[in-house]
Amino acid sequence: MASKTKLWSITLVLIMILALFGAGCTGNGDETEGDDEGAMEAESILLTGSTTVLPLAQAAAETYMEIHPEQSITVNGGGSGVGIAALIDGSTDIAMASRKIKDSEVGEAEANGVTPVEHVIAWDGLAVIVNPENPIDQLTYAQIRGIYDGSISNWADVGGEDMEIVVQSRDSSSGTYEYFKEEILEDGEYRQDALAASSNGAVVQAVAQNDAAIGYIGYAYLDDSVKAVDVDKDGTMVAATTENILAGDYPLSRPLHFYTDGEPTGLAEDFIDFIFSDEGTEIINEVGYFPAK
Amino acid sequence: MVHRRYKEKGIETVFFVTAAITVLALLFICLFLFRDGYLLFETSSFIDFITGDAWYPTSTPARFGLLPLLFGSLLVTAGAIFISVPLGVAAAIYISELSSPRVSDFLKPFIEILAGIPSVVYGFFGLVVLVPLIKELLGLPTGQTALAGSIMLSMMALPTIISISEDAISAVPLSLKEGSLALGGTQWQTIYKVVLPAALSGISAAVILGIGRAIGETMTVLMVTGNTAVIPGFPEGILDPVRTMTATIALEMGEVPQGSEHYHALFAVGSVLFITTFIINLIADKIKKKYKLKEGL
Repeated sequence: MASKTKLWSITLVLIMILALFGAGCTGNGDETEGDDEGAMEAESILLTGSTTVLPLAQAAAETYMEIHPEQSITVNGGGSGVGIAALIDGSTDIAMASRKIKDSEVGEAEANGVTPVEHVIAWDGLAVIVNPENPIDQLTYAQIRGIYDGSISNWADVGGEDMEIVVQSRDSSSGTYEYFKEEILEDGEYRQDALAASSNGAVVQAVAQNDAAIGYIGYAYLDDSVKAVDVDKDGTMVAATTENILAGDYPLSRPLHFYTDGEPTGLAEDFIDFIFSDEGTEIINEVGYFPAK
Repeated sequence: MVHRRYKEKGIETVFFVTAAITVLALLFICLFLFRDGYLLFETSSFIDFITGDAWYPTSTPARFGLLPLLFGSLLVTAGAIFISVPLGVAAAIYISELSSPRVSDFLKPFIEILAGIPSVVYGFFGLVVLVPLIKELLGLPTGQTALAGSIMLSMMALPTIISISEDAISAVPLSLKEGSLALGGTQWQTIYKVVLPAALSGISAAVILGIGRAIGETMTVLMVTGNTAVIPGFPEGILDPVRTMTATIALEMGEVPQGSEHYHALFAVGSVLFITTFIINLIADKIKKKYKLKEGL
C-alpha cells in the first residue's frame, strides 16, 4: 500500500508542477509590480521524508504556491529515514521526519559537512483504540506494554471480559510503529503474533469490526467506529482529546520535524515561517495535527 | 528484388531485437535481484536466513528469518489450490461439455469479468465481507486468517483455471469422444475416462498457472491475512493469521532505507520468491511434455 501512496503523491506532485507552469505563464504579465513581500527571487526547494508529515507539507506547499506562484516547492515521501539520508547527502533542502534525528545520523551529517537544524512544525497525537463494544475505557502504560509485548493476552487481565486479545499493529516501516515501539515498549520487541496493517485506515477498519481487537493510530484517523481509551500520565488517566493533546497533558503525542542544513534561508525560511503563521496553523488543524506553539 | 530481400531481413531483425529485449530484461532482473539479495549475506549468515523462525527487521540486532514468510506463502497457496482446482475444473467441464451454447455464452463473459477486477478490490471485499464472516462462523478471535487469503486467491485464480482448462477440453478431438460414445460409454464415462485424460496436460498447465497467480499475488493477501510473521501450523494454521513473502516485501519496501541490511533482506526474500515460481514453471513444463508423449496426439 505504501508504494501505491507514493505513486499517487508522485503523480500529484507532477500535476502540481504542470499546473504551476500553467499558472506561471498566464500570471507573468500583471504580476510584475509585485506585492510588498514579493521581494524574494524565484526559487525552488525540495522536501523529502516522512509520510506522516507529508500531507501537512503538501497542503502547506499548495497554499503557499497559490500566494507566491513564482516559487516552486516539491514534496516527496519516502519515510523519515530516507528524508534524513537525503539531507545528509545534500539531495534535499528540507527533511521531514516524524521522529528525532538519531545520534548516528548527526555524526554522518557532520562527517559530510552538513549541520542538521531541527524545527518542530507540529504535533501528532497517537490514539490507542478498541471496539466500541469493549467495556474497557482506560489502560495504563504498563497494561498497553503488556498487551503489545505478549505478557497479557486476555481482556480479563486488564479488567475486561474473558476474551482473547487480538493485537493489531502496523508494518515495520511506518513511523507510527517506530514511535509506539520506542514510547510504549521502550524499544522492546512487539509480540510475534501481532497483526500488521499497512495503514492507519486499515487499523481502524480491523478494530471497528472486531470486538476483541486493540490498535493504535494517528489522532487524525480517529472516528466514531472505534473508541479511544484513556492513557495514564503520572498516575492520572488522560483522555485522547484535542484539548488534552494541545495542553501537553496527553502522553502519546509526538513532535513532527523539519530538518534543514544550517539555519534556513530564502524560500526555505519563508516556507517554514508560513507554517508557523495563522494560515499555516489553520492548515495544520485541517490536516488533523496540532500546532507546535 | 534485392530491395525486397533487405526489407525482409530488416523486419526479421526488428523482431529478433524485440524478442531479445525480453530475454535481456529477464536477465537483468535476475542479476539485480540476486545481487542485492546476496549482499545480505555479507553482514548476516545465510543459515540464519534460511532456517530463522523470526522476522524482526527493525530490531537491534535485526533478525531476518525466512521460514515464517515462506510457510505463510505455501499455506495460503495450498489452501487456494485446494478450493479453486475442483471448482475450476468442474466449471470448465460444465461449460465445454454439458451446458447448452446459450448458457456457456452467458457464463464466459462473467468469468472474464472476474479476471478483470483489480486485486485491491478483491482485498477490500475480503476485508469488509469475508473477514467478519469467517470470524463469526468459526468463532475465531480474528477473521484475518490464511483461510481468508486462500478463499480470495482461489476466486482470483478461478478465471485462469477455468478458461485454460476449457480450452484444453474443447481441443480434445471429436473423434475420441465419438469413439467412446459409439462403444456404448455414457456421457459421464466419456468425460471421465476419455476427455479428462486427453486434456490433462492443458488442465495441469491451468492449475500451475493458477498456482503462479496465487503465490505472486500481493495486495489481496496483504489486506486479509493479518500479516503475522509466525510459522503457521499445518493444517490447523489455516485458521491463524499468516504473512506471505509478497506481503512482506510490499509492506516494508516503501520506506526501507536504500542499501541497508533490511533492504537487502527484502531482495533476498524476492529472490526466494523468484526461485519458487521458476521451479513451479519448470515442473509445469515437465508435466506438459510427459503427457504430450503419452497421448500421442
